[in-house]
Amino acid sequence: MEKAKDERKIKCIVWDLDNTVWNGVLLEGDTLTLREGVAEVIRTLDERGILQSIASKNEYDAAMTQLKKFGIDEYFIYHEINWGPKSNSIKNIAKSINIGIDTLAFVDDQQFELEEVQYSVPEILCIHADKVREMLTMPELNPRFITSDSKLRRQMYMSDIRRNNIEQAFEGTQDEFLSTLNMNFTISKVGDDDLKRAEELTVRTHQLNATGYTYSYEELDFFRKSKDHLLLIAGLEDKYGTYGKIGLCLLECTRDSWTLKLLLMSCRVMSRGVGAVMINLIIRMAKEANVRLFAEFLPTNRNRTMYVTYKFAGFKEVGNNNGINILENGLSYIPPLPDYIKLNVEL
Amino acid sequence: MEEIKVRVRGFLSRFFKKHELEDSEDIFSLGFVNSLFAMQLVMFIEKEFSIRIENNDLDLQNFRSINSIAELISSKKSA
Repeated sequence: MEKAKDERKIKCIVWDLDNTVWNGVLLEGDTLTLREGVAEVIRTLDERGILQSIASKNEYDAAMTQLKKFGIDEYFIYHEINWGPKSNSIKNIAKSINIGIDTLAFVDDQQFELEEVQYSVPEILCIHADKVREMLTMPELNPRFITSDSKLRRQMYMSDIRRNNIEQAFEGTQDEFLSTLNMNFTISKVGDDDLKRAEELTVRTHQLNATGYTYSYEELDFFRKSKDHLLLIAGLEDKYGTYGKIGLCLLECTRDSWTLKLLLMSCRVMSRGVGAVMINLIIRMAKEANVRLFAEFLPTNRNRTMYVTYKFAGFKEVGNNNGINILENGLSYIPPLPDYIKLNVEL
Repeated sequence: MEEIKVRVRGFLSRFFKKHELEDSEDIFSLGFVNSLFAMQLVMFIEKEFSIRIENNDLDLQNFRSINSIAELISSKKSA
């Protein structure tokens, strides 16, 4: 679904280096100075939970050394410092972070580079380096809320990079790797402190999102207090640190049936099996409460994974309501809980 | 049919390396199904055998074992 332009939110800024982050050209031996305002923009965007990366035609080691000298190297993840087209670099960055390419912005001083990127990837927001100081007031770069998760976002991605490197070097199977992580998955009712993050999750999550419904802070606050709803939030941590609050689930409860209106999981935890664990828990709860269990699914061009997850958890399609698939779980088959996750339910 | 099974077994062995899967063994009972695996399995089948898995085909029973996956693929290919 196309979002209206003013609603569009950028999740990652990709910076050029020469004459964009700093004045001068590194490999021509210029004396380099940080461009005015750039450091402040980088730090502020980081605090807002916007990720930052680099697409620069440069020598990797020289560029990294220079970033360290300026004390800003830690702000960037998945740097693409090479001689290939920047459109490729940017596609790689989006793929590494696992976010939609339309949530990226690209900053460069050269018209040629901006045009190359815009031509190959029209969905990207291109910003000329002259506009750096205007960036902090651009609506696309101002998330509605800054949550405790947004401030930690870069660090969480950095732990992910560490985990992924270890996973790639790991000799055993995927579930053997998962069992080395000592994962703790916590499901609780959405509390006061969680509301902003809950709204942020509905806005940010596309791939593992069953309906794509976005709810405002006020609506979520209503559901949280409503007797006819159950609003759950999930957090995950492992021995490398916290993943933050990564999942949300809204159940509409009547006397004899429950309906999953919303089920979403951050794409960062797609390979961790926690979506299935959450569904599993709901199935058990529904069985215990002796109610029928339904789930709504609204197909988009990105969320097929969630459909597959529902179906593999034993849901079957029983109807269609204005394009919304209605699924039901017969509650006869309860998928086993993986033994590599410790589940804490705080209801 | 045998050839389909060989290709499916090859794919699954990446996830169940230490465990020699029987053709009729229930892969869901092994307790290892996450969203990524499920989606990778569906995408592997679609790409490897040039078929489209429709929503109706996405039934747990069709993916329970190497045998059932192979039957799904051959029925889609002959359709």
